[in-house]
Amino acid sequence: MPFLFQTTGLFNFRDLQLIAPELIITVAACAALVMEVILPYKLSKWTAYSSLAGIGLAFVSLGAQFLSMGGTFRLASLTNLAPIDGFYGMVRIDGFALLFRAIFLIAAALAIAISIRFLDIEREQHGEYYSLILFATVGMMFLGSGYDLISLYISLELMALTFYVLVAFTKRERRSNEAGMKYFLLGAFSSGILLYGMSVLYGVTGSTNLGEIGRNLNSTGDLRPFVLIGMIALAAGLFFKVAAVPFHMWAPDAYEGAPTSVTAFLSTGSKAASFALYARIFFVALGPMQVDWAPLLGIVAALTIVVGNWAAITQENSKRLLAYSSISNAGYLLLAIIANNSYGNIGLVIYLVVYTLMNMGAFGVIISLRRRGIIGDNVDDMTGLAQKAPGMAAMMAIFMLSLGGLPGTGGFIGKYFLLWGLLSRGETEHKSWYYWLAGWAVINIVVSFYYYIRFIRVMYLGDRIADEQPLTMSPALKTAMVAALVGIIVIGVYPQPFIVLAQKLIPAIATTAAPPAASNNPAASQ
Amino acid sequence: MFTNNLLSIITWLPAVGAILILGLFKKEQNQIIKKFATAWLALDFIISLWLFGYDRVAGGFQFLEDRQWIPVIGARYQMGADGVAVLLLVLTTFLGVLAALSSWNYIQKREKEYYVLLLVLQTMVLGVFSSMDLFLFYLFFEVSLVPMYFLIGIWGGDNRLYAAIKFFLYTLVGSVVMLLGVLKMYFLTQDTALTSKVTQATMDLLAGNPKATAMVASTIQQAAQNGTGTFSILYMQAVGSVIPMGTMQVLLFFAFALGFAIKVPMWPFHTWLPDAHVEAPTAGSVILAGILLKLGTYGFYRFNLPMFPKASMDEVFFGKFGVRSIMIFLAIVSIIYGALAAMYFVVKKDGDVKKLVAYSSVSSMGIVMLGLFALNPNGLNGAVLQMINHGIYSGALFLLVGIIYERRHTRKVSEFGGLSHVMPGYSAIFLAMAMTAIGLPLLAVFISEFLAMRGAFEANPVWAGWAGLGIILNAAYMLWLYQRMFFGEIENEKNRLLPDLSGREWAYMMPLVVMSLWIGIYPGPFLRYIEKPVNAIVKQIRPTYQIPGEPATATSAPVQIRQK
Repeated sequence: MPFLFQTTGLFNFRDLQLIAPELIITVAACAALVMEVILPYKLSKWTAYSSLAGIGLAFVSLGAQFLSMGGTFRLASLTNLAPIDGFYGMVRIDGFALLFRAIFLIAAALAIAISIRFLDIEREQHGEYYSLILFATVGMMFLGSGYDLISLYISLELMALTFYVLVAFTKRERRSNEAGMKYFLLGAFSSGILLYGMSVLYGVTGSTNLGEIGRNLNSTGDLRPFVLIGMIALAAGLFFKVAAVPFHMWAPDAYEGAPTSVTAFLSTGSKAASFALYARIFFVALGPMQVDWAPLLGIVAALTIVVGNWAAITQENSKRLLAYSSISNAGYLLLAIIANNSYGNIGLVIYLVVYTLMNMGAFGVIISLRRRGIIGDNVDDMTGLAQKAPGMAAMMAIFMLSLGGLPGTGGFIGKYFLLWGLLSRGETEHKSWYYWLAGWAVINIVVSFYYYIRFIRVMYLGDRIADEQPLTMSPALKTAMVAALVGIIVIGVYPQPFIVLAQKLIPAIATTAAPPAASNNPAASQ
Repeated sequence: MFTNNLLSIITWLPAVGAILILGLFKKEQNQIIKKFATAWLALDFIISLWLFGYDRVAGGFQFLEDRQWIPVIGARYQMGADGVAVLLLVLTTFLGVLAALSSWNYIQKREKEYYVLLLVLQTMVLGVFSSMDLFLFYLFFEVSLVPMYFLIGIWGGDNRLYAAIKFFLYTLVGSVVMLLGVLKMYFLTQDTALTSKVTQATMDLLAGNPKATAMVASTIQQAAQNGTGTFSILYMQAVGSVIPMGTMQVLLFFAFALGFAIKVPMWPFHTWLPDAHVEAPTAGSVILAGILLKLGTYGFYRFNLPMFPKASMDEVFFGKFGVRSIMIFLAIVSIIYGALAAMYFVVKKDGDVKKLVAYSSVSSMGIVMLGLFALNPNGLNGAVLQMINHGIYSGALFLLVGIIYERRHTRKVSEFGGLSHVMPGYSAIFLAMAMTAIGLPLLAVFISEFLAMRGAFEANPVWAGWAGLGIILNAAYMLWLYQRMFFGEIENEKNRLLPDLSGREWAYMMPLVVMSLWIGIYPGPFLRYIEKPVNAIVKQIRPTYQIPGEPATATSAPVQIRQK
């Protein structure tokens, strides 16, 4: 390890600069804890605003980092960024890390914005809530930038542990407690499996650094079966985290029981972080084993899509329905991992951004239906919303159509690139199962429309109005929802800048880590 | 500015109107809203008349527009229309006005939303006909489902929820499968083994005029610069003509065909249509039958035939039962099945007139498909003209059914009888339209059915024989229906005091009657719009085909292609 000698102390300033956004969020989280103690209950909303300010600052520092690495906001002249390693290879800042950390910050900001009103209704407006959200965000951000099994595992646990608390946050509610317990037990179990996979991988390759593992993987010789076991254990642990079939059982219960604002964050931020982890481990460390894991992931993706969809059809509770929808979406996102090429990566990033926006938006609508005494999270509670609150109903309709993937919305662009990646992988490998998988995925889009349309049906197609009382919205909630809507439509109608950004930033991991895969994709070779 | 962006203006004007309605008017101002919407659609219709300035001698694609959209994937905002698209665009704007006008009394609730959706739907459909970029086409094609879903679902009949979701999901199946085909075609435009075989002659033939060729050339150049494929429809057609015949071409053909066959709808994919029609409000039915069904046949005309010429021609791929034979078989079954089903609803005790018209649409669209897959100029001319005619007469029949429904709130054939005594004007117009549907000489459908049948006869006399059987059945049920509804004594007392057509109703029925007569007596001007594009497609599919009436220089063109 030559760079060991370049540094003089435990940390140097350059390393700290690399994790500046994470540091800012950590400070903001601690500040939130302090504010909770100082501020009287009535003013505790200020904790939320200060947390939002912290996220804003982190975003700015992320942008500064992007610029300092040679990036530019004039996308036409943007070139691939050279990755920077820090903390003895524990952290790697590259385009991938930048993009994913931006996604987590967006998710966290939206989650806080929609939480304020929710906690007011629940009379649970506590500062530690925001601090937990921020700590979870720190975990996610390190998942995006971690480049070593150890740092990745620790950040995964940081994220997961805060989520166990968050899911059970409304402590007076039994469902919430039950969901927290379930999520904790299953989550701990899956972490164990994941850790087992990591240890096997370390044992075989002799390193915890992802790049090292990738390089050593081809020279394992007789230990090949162990590599396979490690790969399967890792895949299984991650299937748990992204809620893929057959390890999806926890998701509906946790989503339904958790406070709605936490559900929103759990279904977007945590999912995006798990996929960042997936991409890092499978593209970089296990990249040479593409032929081994692609069929496994293919089968799981096919199952996940279909099980999530068919189970969602019969749900009455909208949070549960969205939980199943998020399971099937995990299946679609797995297609990007299977594709492992530039198009798939674009699809992964764009779909995660769009998915974050539309899910946050949908949960925002559900929250705004909630009032003291009325839970408002059944699909039927939206009956007649189009007449009571036309703007809100129109937003919900667009979120739903985007979840289904209607052209003109961001969801379509995401799904389009996922399929594109998969088909072009099939093209390069000349294997027909990729085509069958793509066909399976598109047919299931139709099934998914059946339940997304249900929201639109109850909102628009009835003349009955579920309850006449007007909705109350907080300004933050409204802003968050409008921002989500604008994001979805802009990405849907003019995706050019987003695609360019993803294309220029993400091939970075493919080209530096897995040269054979990169030479296969035409975009990277331009 | 105006003529350079004509297609964009026509396409987006209704959407602008929808935004204006949303912004300017309150829910309660429904009187103003409906007048505004109708006037706005009429304005769009008037602007669309400029499309008749299409240069019929030059042919090919005109009114071209080309803008940067998503260069990183090679999608561009390209618009253009050939003669066929011109006619369909004008038909769309024309029926749009009538649809709005017919809704004034029929729609009694949530008027604001209704007219907004009507205008949005109009934009989407116009966009489909004027896109020259497959990505753009797909966007319009699929988004058009949403407003129609709402039109059926909110203002439809008792069973509207079922009909709306069935319509939506059924047609969605087709379009998502098509999406895979779109992606595959896109890959093929990057496949140098194929694209090197594309000749300039094919491009010239498909584009039809130098301007369009230049646009495609610059598109390809840009795509090559960016290292992307292209979604240019014309270029895809050219690439399609060099894809070797085989499983790939056949699969691609069916990936596109499924989506369009559901839209047409061809038997056995027709089951969504009767439900959607019966439940939809009158204007919804008019647009559904008049325009949305044409998206399917237009898709076959624009994509399947020129893009997969070898598959379209093929009769032997699966043993003796080839792609073309499948399409022809389905077309003939549609013709006969549609007619028989329609007849069943005349005889049935509580047969619904709207269902009858819906099934007659299945039959009529079968004739379009037969004409298209006759693959000769007569057949294609007949098919395209039949699309227009079907828009006119089925639109008219749905409007007529709507008129009687507004008065009686029933559509059962058995509820009526002797209407000619109380509603002479209504009966006369119904007669004119029923005769049009049958294909009486001097009325529009006669010309198109004659041409389509002649084309089919030229291809294979047996096909024409079966289709002829269907046409006879068509005449049978239409006459029978007319007899049961309009002749005889008035037996149902409720019918005795029905008022005849109002001024507004005359105003929207007469143009349709006039159009039917015009096309029936003097179809020449219309046929001249479609002649050149149709001949180009025939040549694309069958390079050696001798097009009757073409000068000898033109017929030698395909030979040149082969030499190159």
